[in-house]
Amino acid sequence: MTREFPCVSCPLGCLLRVELKDGKIERIEGNRCPRGEAYAREEITDPKRVLATSVKVLGGDYPLVSVRTDRPIPKRLIPTIMEIVRGLRVKAPVEIGQVLVANLAGTGANLIATRRVLPRSEKAEELSRKGRA
Amino acid sequence: MKISVDVVVVGGGAAGMAAAKAAAEAGAKTLLLEREERLGGVLDQCIHPGFGLHRYREELTGPEFAFRLLSELERAGAEIQSGATVLSVRPSPELLVASEKGLIRVEAKALVWAAGARERPFGPLLIPGARPAGIFTAGLAQKLVNIHGLLPGKRALILGSGDIGLIMARRLHLEGVEVVGVAEIKPFPGGLLRNVVQCLEDFGIPLFLRHTVAKIHGGKRLSGVTLVEVDEQGQPISGTEKFFAVDTLVLSVGLIPEVRPLESLFPDGVKVNSFFQSAVPWIFFAGNALEIFDLVDTVAKIGEEAGRSAARYAQEKPPKPTAVPLRKGQNVAVLVPHELVPGEPAHLFLRVPRPLSRATIRVADVYAQNHVSLRPAEMVEIALSPEATVELARLPQADVEVIPA
Repeated sequence: MTREFPCVSCPLGCLLRVELKDGKIERIEGNRCPRGEAYAREEITDPKRVLATSVKVLGGDYPLVSVRTDRPIPKRLIPTIMEIVRGLRVKAPVEIGQVLVANLAGTGANLIATRRVLPRSEKAEELSRKGRA
Repeated sequence: MKISVDVVVVGGGAAGMAAAKAAAEAGAKTLLLEREERLGGVLDQCIHPGFGLHRYREELTGPEFAFRLLSELERAGAEIQSGATVLSVRPSPELLVASEKGLIRVEAKALVWAAGARERPFGPLLIPGARPAGIFTAGLAQKLVNIHGLLPGKRALILGSGDIGLIMARRLHLEGVEVVGVAEIKPFPGGLLRNVVQCLEDFGIPLFLRHTVAKIHGGKRLSGVTLVEVDEQGQPISGTEKFFAVDTLVLSVGLIPEVRPLESLFPDGVKVNSFFQSAVPWIFFAGNALEIFDLVDTVAKIGEEAGRSAARYAQEKPPKPTAVPLRKGQNVAVLVPHELVPGEPAHLFLRVPRPLSRATIRVADVYAQNHVSLRPAEMVEIALSPEATVELARLPQADVEVIPA
């Protein structure tokens, strides 16, 4: 079996071809540097991804804060981690780069905020109260 | 209220922020106008990674890229007016702007138009069937999910495999929406290969190439979509219909540069030289308002070039330089800029209409570059030296073509 996928180690994006026999890597082609080969191996054995999603914010000028893992996490853990993230609530203010969860699900990766969320202004509070009334 | 500036920039997305930053750094009194309350444009809702690899040498999400660019802009000292909508542009030059402070007249020596693009809506696709609720453009669905925390529906089909469509397939899947597939009318995906892998294959979302929507079903709310296979000419093949029971259809069928307030000034469309200066010498264009780009890094770079050029124009009022027109030859679907200024370096951006393996890009007889693989989803940048643009000036026009090996 042959699998083809682009390398994402740098913007060049070499098209990697990996030949597999009984699930084992026979040959890797298409890479222009050793990083490509390492990426191909990892992509076959235990692919990793940076996960980006959002977390609910209490009392912020946005209802959500966008977040990501600060390094790639094993792809197989994405459903587990989404479950954890769904249950999270953070209080405004949130600073960009702030660690919201350290060592997420034992991966060593931290969940960090990718935007700043300020506390909701009094004016916005007032508008929202009027909206509800 | 009346304001006088050297350079006014319309649009606070990546292109506009970069333009205003560069204009202010060049010493021009610069005002940036943004319609929304916050700067960042579409970056604000693009919470996925993949931005900044060229500009910042690391992989950032949209909001992070916007934050960095905004910090650069604030350091450069441009004035920012958000919540300000441009109502009209007069050739005096003067802009009429609606803002919280009331109506503002902005007198400027140069304008950088960086108002971004709009999504192609459902209407022009002329798809037969009902017109129920549940049909969203991909950007709207993205805003609902990523900014407002609302889901568009429970079971979704995506039409169009451009990057926004692929990114939304993954985003909706992660948020618990069942994504039954992505339909693409062309025989190849519209978006980057890495997005096909990381947004569809990672989650087992099927990609239906050579498929389009044949019919919309539903009453008040969408109840289903019929897909049909198309032949080489893009015509539906009867008997290949497949029905999908979905309550949501997400459209990722193209972006259209937003130039409407300027249309009367450009009856024959917008063309720019390698300074990103248009036929109206005091109007410069940047970002997706000029052409739809793939990478925000490119958009920011062009924005800076347009901002610098606008500042120079405002300060020195040079006559518009004579230029060498560029002509799109074979296998060139998109080409910007449209003219070169001789003696100046130039960056051309080119898109091919179909995937090509092994081809040579030529600019008349002064530039040739071999490529192993060219894809419509990936614009190619061509750097021309000042010597090359001088050499091209002996021609009435320069042909840009992609010749298959």
